[in-house]
Amino acid sequence: MSAVASPAASPPPDPDGALGVVLDAVGTVSILLGVVLTLVASIGLLSLPDVLSRMHAATKPQVVGLLLVVIGGALHLRTNVDVWMLVLVGAFQLITAPVTAHVVGRLAHRGDGVRRDLLHVDELADSADETDPGPDSAETDGDDEDGGEDGGDGGGDGGPAPSHRPQEAAGRSHDGRGDGAVRSSLDSTE
Amino acid sequence: MSSLPALLDAVLVVGLVLLGLSALLVVVRLLRGPSGLDRLVALDVLVAEFLCGLVAYAALTGDSSLVPVVVAISLVGFLGSTTVARFVRRGTGR
Repeated sequence: MSAVASPAASPPPDPDGALGVVLDAVGTVSILLGVVLTLVASIGLLSLPDVLSRMHAATKPQVVGLLLVVIGGALHLRTNVDVWMLVLVGAFQLITAPVTAHVVGRLAHRGDGVRRDLLHVDELADSADETDPGPDSAETDGDDEDGGEDGGDGGGDGGPAPSHRPQEAAGRSHDGRGDGAVRSSLDSTE
Repeated sequence: MSSLPALLDAVLVVGLVLLGLSALLVVVRLLRGPSGLDRLVALDVLVAEFLCGLVAYAALTGDSSLVPVVVAISLVGFLGSTTVARFVRRGTGR
């Protein structure tokens, strides 16, 4: 790193001038840091034991690594449009990475994505909905898509989720319409 | 010592090679991952590394025509991973 940054102080012959070369050097160092972080995270993704710890490794190239690379790219390109588009990429990644991580982590904790013998504290262990995978683990294949959507939507009030499954299946087989399942699941949560 | 811009370009090429290496590691996890959530996480990382590679390539060549591609891929990658996560079967994790 210092081997790259220290020669930037001496002005070399360059059409961009000394400032441009300094910005290029800083941008290159930033890109290299992001790439090294991405490489470390990939090694972690390959060697960590379960889904939650792999998510821990996966968030590094998604947020910090990409932000470093984007800052480096903006320092290299130095045009108004490009810089603001790269700012957009960084901001969008900051906004969307928690959403995906939340969904994936919740699904992993409900399923078998957690090595529970490696946990010191499982703060969701008391919640019946979190430890019990629910009756839809024994469902037939035809109901899987609706079960997944209900699991995502009913994340806030996960308590009645195991109780309305038989009603939902009964309502669907009863009238056979598409909205029957939606109505019965809405009724059962009240 | 040779000129500094040549050195910076060489460093960027090394960075692109390292990105390719880490993408190979992620593809190994993507193929081996025991559950669908592992594959989903690996696919997210692969998209992020692809974005890093595009930005680094744009910085290497000085060609800014790849920047809208980076914006589009970051949008589509989020939509894809979130949609796939909704359809992972609850309980089995695959």
